[in-house]
Amino acid sequence: MRDYVILLAQKHESFRKSELESLAVLFNINVDLSSHSEQSPLLFVTLESEIDAKKLIQRSILARSIYEVWGVASTFADLHKSVKANTHYEWYNYKECSFKFDIISFQHTRTKEEQRDIIESFAYINFEGPIRMKKPDQVFTVIEEYEISKESSERSELKTVCFGRLVADSQRDIIDKYDLKKRKYIGTTSFDAELALISANIGLCDKGKIAYDPFAGTGSFLVAASHFGALALGSDIDGRQIRGKSKNNITTNYAQYSLSSYFLDTFIGDFTHNPIRQNFLIDAIVCDPPYGVREGLKVLGSKNAERYADRLPTLLQNGDMSHLRPDYIPPKKPYHFDALLDDLLFFAALHLTDNGRLCCWMPTANEEYGERNIPQHPDLLLVSNCVQEFSKWSRRLLVYVRRPRKDLSSHHNVTKMTRVYTEQFRDKYFRGFSKLESKAI
Amino acid sequence: MKLLTANFVQCTVKSCASSKDCFPLHFDQQSAEMPLELAHEDVDFNVEFIANILPRIEWRALITTTRELGNNQLPEEKPDIVNPHAEENLQLLKDLHTLLLETQIVQGSMRCANCGHIYFIRDSIPNFLLPGHLVQ
Repeated sequence: MRDYVILLAQKHESFRKSELESLAVLFNINVDLSSHSEQSPLLFVTLESEIDAKKLIQRSILARSIYEVWGVASTFADLHKSVKANTHYEWYNYKECSFKFDIISFQHTRTKEEQRDIIESFAYINFEGPIRMKKPDQVFTVIEEYEISKESSERSELKTVCFGRLVADSQRDIIDKYDLKKRKYIGTTSFDAELALISANIGLCDKGKIAYDPFAGTGSFLVAASHFGALALGSDIDGRQIRGKSKNNITTNYAQYSLSSYFLDTFIGDFTHNPIRQNFLIDAIVCDPPYGVREGLKVLGSKNAERYADRLPTLLQNGDMSHLRPDYIPPKKPYHFDALLDDLLFFAALHLTDNGRLCCWMPTANEEYGERNIPQHPDLLLVSNCVQEFSKWSRRLLVYVRRPRKDLSSHHNVTKMTRVYTEQFRDKYFRGFSKLESKAI
Repeated sequence: MKLLTANFVQCTVKSCASSKDCFPLHFDQQSAEMPLELAHEDVDFNVEFIANILPRIEWRALITTTRELGNNQLPEEKPDIVNPHAEENLQLLKDLHTLLLETQIVQGSMRCANCGHIYFIRDSIPNFLLPGHLVQ
């Protein structure tokens, strides 16, 4: 067992712990992440081995790197005492290796001269190997975290300084490859690449698994799931988005990223009339269901309930059945977003493998959010609820784990929750999130 | 649509769900307007995936589908693979890979044996939307 420190990106802070927890589950690593604070880029952990440290960080999008802790303190003087006391016995292991030093300062800047002085203050370790700036054997890093002084907001004070040996970098750099600005086929609903990758990580998408997005659109979550090695299945009610154009579509995106072998299939279909056979199991469902704002939330069916009461096909003047014509567009009707989420949870409970995950994004109007607004299902355990805040509304990544089937004491059939649906998100959005006027009694 | 996908899709008409005949969908009646078209597509062999997917395959349905598409090579019993990395299993897994993941149904129609509804596959993408009179 050894102490390590994870250096985190100061972005999407509310997702950081969740992503690391998920990676710990994926790699079966026992780690206590409870000291995580959204304000700090440093997270100190204890791990059994360097192998675990590498596994934990290598797929992470929100971590930057992980270091073996050689010393930590709140002053440089104490830091050196800590380094000498803790690591003196292992300095000889690094006597000959090529190395370089790195100084990382959070909420503070150091001049080149100051950085050189800091490096030289470690001269007692007596590295004798060559200094190599590119691909050295070892990177020794000083990480200092400053916080705004309580007395004067213009000053910052040293809170923590840590000295560590770099063990592994994360995959944060991969965000650039998948940036929507560089992607050939995108649409108005294409999901942010960084958050799509984080969602796929939290969904435990991995080699050998099947990931499904029932609202695939232009395939942002499919690509993210496939990046981590899962075979991705996508569907959407909108045939135009699923087909794309002949030169620009989901499969050409896959070719752009050299991921074609991880593309399973896409199909056109209504989620509430899903063709996936009842007993087929899926490892992960990762999606951003349509809120009904930028795109209408529609399902199969006619707005006019009476229209097809006789259950007969519509005949054209010449006697042909209209639905067999190649240009036929099936009728669709609006659907309540909360009903869609309940359908999604029901589907997930039916189709997820034991311990498989549903990761879905849900919008909330800020002033009315409460825990009771989160959809629930007895067969699914909500393990995470991370928020991305905008000015008047937020969206949350809800993560559910399918409870193992044999653990459930009552052998009940998976049932759909029945709820009364009140005002849905899109209506709040279109009235600008202002409070509804109360009627005089 | 990859041949594998044919092994996990059924008719989407709700009243068909209670009938066993809603799965698999059948390729035995093709239309002149949308003739059946298959193609081979190279897909990297991924032993973990094939090993993971094998338990999820409905073998009898797969035999039905492959025979309707003109392939009679599958054994009657689903192979029982204990160690997917063992030498003796590798060729079988590769053959299954070629059949399931590298066989692309580019165009064609699929029929529900229970209600008779036809679903079309066009440009490798199947369409499972239903006309108004079949939606409950």
